Amino acid sequence: MSLLDVRDLSVVFQRRGEQSFTAVDKVSFSVEPGQTVGLVGESGCGKSVTSLAIMGLLPRRGNKVTGGVLFDGTDLLQLRPNDMRDRRGRDIGMIFQDPLSSLNPVVPIGVQVAEVLERHRGMDRKAALKEARELLDAVGIPDPNRRLKEYPHQISGGMRQRALIAIALACKPRLLIADEPTTALDVTIQAQILTLLKQLVDETGTALIMITHDLGVVAGLCDTVNVLYGGKVVERAARHELFARPRHPYTHGLLNSVPRLDSPRGEPLHAIRGSVADNIPWAEGCAFAPRCNNVVDACLEGTPPLESTATGGDLRCNNPVSEEVAVP
Amino acid sequence: MSDPITRPGVAAPRDGADPTGTSERPASATERGIGRLGDRKKARLDELARASADKGGVSLVRDAFRRLRRNPVAMFGAAIVAVFVLVAIFAPLLAPHDPAQRFDELTKNLTVDSIPGASSDFPLGSDPLGRDFLSRLIYGSRQTLFVGVFATLIGLALGALIGAVAGAFGGWVDNILMRLTDVMLALPALLLAISLVAMASRSSQWTVILAVAIVNVPIFARLLRGSMLAQRESDHVLAARALGVKQRSIVLRHMLPNAMTAVIVQATLTLSTAILEAASLSFLGLGDPDINRAEWGLMLGVDGVRYFEVRPELAYYPALAIIVVALGFTLLGEGMRDAIDPKNRR
Repeated sequence: MSLLDVRDLSVVFQRRGEQSFTAVDKVSFSVEPGQTVGLVGESGCGKSVTSLAIMGLLPRRGNKVTGGVLFDGTDLLQLRPNDMRDRRGRDIGMIFQDPLSSLNPVVPIGVQVAEVLERHRGMDRKAALKEARELLDAVGIPDPNRRLKEYPHQISGGMRQRALIAIALACKPRLLIADEPTTALDVTIQAQILTLLKQLVDETGTALIMITHDLGVVAGLCDTVNVLYGGKVVERAARHELFARPRHPYTHGLLNSVPRLDSPRGEPLHAIRGSVADNIPWAEGCAFAPRCNNVVDACLEGTPPLESTATGGDLRCNNPVSEEVAVP
Repeated sequence: MSDPITRPGVAAPRDGADPTGTSERPASATERGIGRLGDRKKARLDELARASADKGGVSLVRDAFRRLRRNPVAMFGAAIVAVFVLVAIFAPLLAPHDPAQRFDELTKNLTVDSIPGASSDFPLGSDPLGRDFLSRLIYGSRQTLFVGVFATLIGLALGALIGAVAGAFGGWVDNILMRLTDVMLALPALLLAISLVAMASRSSQWTVILAVAIVNVPIFARLLRGSMLAQRESDHVLAARALGVKQRSIVLRHMLPNAMTAVIVQATLTLSTAILEAASLSFLGLGDPDINRAEWGLMLGVDGVRYFEVRPELAYYPALAIIVVALGFTLLGEGMRDAIDPKNRR
């Protein structure tokens, strides 16, 4: 059985007197223990909302979450708020995008790490701080004794993200959700953080949901990749399969728009025309149709279903990119 | 082609520039010299590394204090406040006489149109009742500090309680509490304070303190509620919720301390307005009825105004004292706001 099974998860934002907006539309995917699953897409395609819905962190009012999030057989959406609170941080950890704003600015790092240990593992402050020291050491923060007493603004961005990872992994959760963990960091630090995440995930056997728009991150880390567009999964494939033979025009476009060092100087960058905001609220047809190069008449009439492909993935497209065309 | 000419030319100054190195030691000695230089540099680097490593963590308060110290305007305000507090504490030592005692040498010269001026015994002369004016001014600082601090603290405590509850719970609790504070905010501060004092059956200095405190409650409540709401939406509160931290800890550890900075700064600024408001109430004769108590607002309002044409100093000095002290707290408060504000952090 999968560790996490997301079934037909939908999130609809609804405000009185305003048109409702479907941010996540029947998204299904599953995560096996120890596996790393990527959720990829542009800004606004529903990645973060999906993760917040899994964690039960969406605001109580103004939205409707339907479907199921089965964690180890329990539907997290049906849990009472108090039970869900007990699970957050203990069974499921989460790493956020901006390490500076995700740490409490007036509490020393050590206390913030210790807080989780006190909360979920019932440690007293002294034992928790000792454990916190070891955790900071484990995520590669030099001189952890000193850092324990320091405040978030006093340490570097990379170290803050390491501290956040230490906090998220403090209770050895079985699932870790990383919401764009490297976006706010510079490239050298990004690589370090990704290496660290990979190493920790391998060591502890924690399953990882990697939410990112960075295909480089996906290439380095994920086992399977879900490409999201307009709140829907448009393509799902194993990592190598996705990079070697992207089938959905959106995936193809994403991979094409990554600038390459070995392309000729004069060659223009390939962008997908338009932007996500062009087609909100989404019309009847395929959400990607207005931006798609492969668009056919059927695309405008209804959303194609998500169908299994010969290579073991899933695809939601009427006119996929032919299998022979590999990304240059 | 030019080599034969330039080469010796280049070589010559080099020889001249380094006569000791080449003449006294063989070529290998210079290499050793470079090696030694490297060693020394390495040693210095190690020393630097040690020095910076031993520094340890710097606390948030110390950090803010360091920034405050570099702000000359704030330090000027702090100096005024410090002098004022010291004068208030050491008033019995500083004052030459008892502020309530009437002196015969002063009363015998006292008439309706003449009040004795400075003399060697009484540096600032007499007040209209034959008491030492300087001593009364010095003792007045105690009263002012007492009223200002207590009015601010009571206002802060009540306001913070209301604001924290409203911000933490939201919903209808927030609605009710905030509409109540809106009603209070709608009334002009001084008018509200006057009405509150007038409502008391017998006025004492505590009625003044309470009136000024209550006037400041809605300001603190609104401020704290606003920053609590902002904190509720902040990333680190979301992160804390993602860790399953209990609601109580989220409010007390993650929201309140972050929201308090604005309130603490406001408290310093409120000290100056509280002093002004208390002085205004005394000026209007709504303060402590005890004529023996030295109070700047009272001195300004009763003696100063009544005898302005006889001896204007009776009005000048208390007014000046009030203005300078209020200015000191304002400058310090604004300096603190700049120092504590996380946005100014480098």
